Amino acid sequence: MSSQPQSEQSRSESPLWQQIQPGGIGVNPGSTDRVQTGDWRTEVPVVDFERCTHCMICWVDCPDASFEVANAKLIGVDLKHCKGCGICAQVCPVKCIEMVPDSAENRETQPSNGASSESAK
Amino acid sequence: MTLKLRDLSLKPDLFGNGHGLCAGCAEPVSVRQILSALENPPVVALATGCLEVSSTRFPDTTWKVPLIHSAFENSATTISGVEAAYKALVRKGRMEDRPLTFVVFAGDGATYDIGFQWLSGALERGHKFVYVCLNNEGYMNTGIQRSSATLLGAWTTTTPSGDARPGKPEWHKDMTKIVAAHGIPYVAQAASHNWKDLITKVRKAEQADGPAFINVLTPCDRGWRFEPEKTMEVSQLMVEAGLWPLYEVVNGKYKMTGARQKKRPVIDALLSQKRFSHITKNADDATIAGIQAKVDEEWDALQALCNMPVAAE
Amino acid sequence: MTTTQKQAQKPSSGIKLPPPQAINGGEAVAYAMRQINPEVVAAYPITPQTFIIEKFSEFVADGIVGTEYINVESEHAAMSACVGATAAGGRAQTATSGPGLALMYEMLWVASGMRLPIVMHLCSRSFSAPLNILCDHSDVMGMRESSWPMLIGASPQEAYDQAVVMPTIAENKQVLLPSANVLDGFTVTHSVERVEVLPDEVVKEFTGEYEPDIWALEPGSTATFGTLDANDYYFEHKRQQVEAMKNSLEVVRTQLNAVGELTGRPMNLVEEYLLDDAEVALVVLGSSEGMVRAAVDEARAEGIKVGMLRIRLFRPFPVDDVRKALEGIGAVGVLDRAIAFGTPGNALMQDLATSTRTMPDRPLLMDFVYGLGGRATPKQLFRQAVDEVFKMNESRVEPDEPAYLGLK
Ligand code: SF4
Ligand code: SF4
Repeated sequence: MSSQPQSEQSRSESPLWQQIQPGGIGVNPGSTDRVQTGDWRTEVPVVDFERCTHCMICWVDCPDASFEVANAKLIGVDLKHCKGCGICAQVCPVKCIEMVPDSAENRETQPSNGASSESAK
Repeated sequence: MTLKLRDLSLKPDLFGNGHGLCAGCAEPVSVRQILSALENPPVVALATGCLEVSSTRFPDTTWKVPLIHSAFENSATTISGVEAAYKALVRKGRMEDRPLTFVVFAGDGATYDIGFQWLSGALERGHKFVYVCLNNEGYMNTGIQRSSATLLGAWTTTTPSGDARPGKPEWHKDMTKIVAAHGIPYVAQAASHNWKDLITKVRKAEQADGPAFINVLTPCDRGWRFEPEKTMEVSQLMVEAGLWPLYEVVNGKYKMTGARQKKRPVIDALLSQKRFSHITKNADDATIAGIQAKVDEEWDALQALCNMPVAAE
Repeated sequence: MTTTQKQAQKPSSGIKLPPPQAINGGEAVAYAMRQINPEVVAAYPITPQTFIIEKFSEFVADGIVGTEYINVESEHAAMSACVGATAAGGRAQTATSGPGLALMYEMLWVASGMRLPIVMHLCSRSFSAPLNILCDHSDVMGMRESSWPMLIGASPQEAYDQAVVMPTIAENKQVLLPSANVLDGFTVTHSVERVEVLPDEVVKEFTGEYEPDIWALEPGSTATFGTLDANDYYFEHKRQQVEAMKNSLEVVRTQLNAVGELTGRPMNLVEEYLLDDAEVALVVLGSSEGMVRAAVDEARAEGIKVGMLRIRLFRPFPVDDVRKALEGIGAVGVLDRAIAFGTPGNALMQDLATSTRTMPDRPLLMDFVYGLGGRATPKQLFRQAVDEVFKMNESRVEPDEPAYLGLK
């Protein structure tokens, strides 16, 4: 299995042995959030929100928790983390998700969470 | 209570993003569904495996719940220790009693093979915990080696297909029935594509008065050789071909769950996965007929168990 | 000065002691465990350890401990359950012997690497094969590099005294390492002796409760225990363990002094016997002390200036204390109760050689292997060893090979 991608920079700035949490206890819940797994992507999902019924099937089947929801409504895709697997496009009952080549233009057509669209690539 | 995804989507995600599991991996899908299904806050024990190495690389973690990983084979025992400490801390008045659910996530290698004894011991002792086997039918973390959960005929790196031996020669271990034979209150088989079935089972498991075990089929696109977007489809085909029946065993009573089971020949499922391509390239292959016959036989046996009256409780 | 005390003194703190017990070493440990009342005990039966868990099970059955006792299905599971319990926030203890320790070997390193202060009572026993249930130190030596502080006692009394002190060493915030209380199989576990015990409240007060900074059962906890270190942090975490082991040495000294104050029985990292004017000495671990002492006494009666050094704190090895004790000694016989196959010296010999190598007038060293698989080593054999060390002191020639005491 692929190991977690780490930016070389953050690794070289690693703290000294006296400074790290003894026993390797992870004390930053959810901190892999900082890892841009969106870099893995070759295709990007584009949701046609005109047709979306907000059934949330894509949300529940996404391996990367990459669907942004608010008040039980789908609002966008988290392109910082979406790996472009294409499961969402397969499972959407109304087929309103399309996988398209991951390019800057295609990403722009995609509503996504604030932090992600620029930092995605 | 009717299950609505919209309601679930209002709950916080306890397993976050940025983990290193492969694109299209079924494991995080099931993990998120299971965590969202729980009524109580969970304390998790994790076995070594794909999920663990991909979500707990120091100093980061994908998890937002307390979690303990210690080794490959022993997560059922790790959770035994947690549950015991919980009881004692409450009994000694050192901690307030509060509802918690103790959960294990372990792969099929950790469950069927190396951790078999640890799991059996914990089940026999009756600790109250929900053990989830994320079954991708092989040692995927170490590079797709066969486990005793691997299907007959499947290519793996330790059962490569050659002229003398076409993939894995042995039928897989029926771990779910072996666990059921421990007489624990709740046992089930579930699959990644059927969130409703899985979540329903998790809720029953959480309420069980003793150990509960859920064996979840989590297809591995790398190891089973299919395109990542097909994960849910392959999961469904496995169920529909009767290769992975969805059922539960509640206090000894077997019951099928979910519709659309065993309505296809096994070849439909085998064709969806290139790990069987050395067999499926020849539709007359005797191995396929053998698998079909064995699946039919096991299906009938399972139906017989489901139709069996159990002694009144 | 002789610091090994045979006779119990009046406790300097003036506490009123309960009546002494006539119990064996295993029961003495169980007695201390009852007083400590850990949250979890997880153990698997194995000879010669079974007295401990049988006795403790009675306390559980009678409801006089708050402990959750887990009857695990193997020793690996025993340590695994202790790992889970301690990470959860409970104090956990186990006990084992020889092959049981071998089976839990993976988890010894996991426990120390995760910095979980589990206490194990190790009733020393040989390793198979051939199958042998009797005492030697194969198991002790088998775990010597696993980052566990290890104390080796010599009697049921010391097994008790050390059992009382162990959690306070392991759980010290400068240490946070699992720690082992070693008592020799049969010679200590099965010997019924008069054991002076402390009052329950005194032990309770002395050992307190386990108060971890991060624990999985803490309300609101989101800690991930047992993460993956790649090549970026593993080295650093191991370096931290080096420091914790170093720190443990002074913690052990302080805590032994503290419990010695309570019991009136001083305990030290190393125990010296007639070393002040000695020309030669024997170095020993554990319960063979009594027989070695008798041999030393006999040789002394014949005018041989010999003394004995017993090492109680085996890990971390108390280098300074050993060097100080052996200052001015011309030759030392090292008594090894296990073989480190294929190495240039058995385990204790290696420790002695490394510890003394930079002493200005380092003593000559000679290794004796004895007592494997429970082989009795009578006084005469240790006496022979004294004579050989004495001869070496005169010839000033160190042998390359160890001698085998009592080998047929
Ligand atoms: S599966 Fe399709 S219809 Fe349902 S919420 Fe997702 S995009 Fe909308
Ligand atoms: S492509 Fe895959 S990772 Fe991206 S949003 Fe769809 S299901 Fe999630």
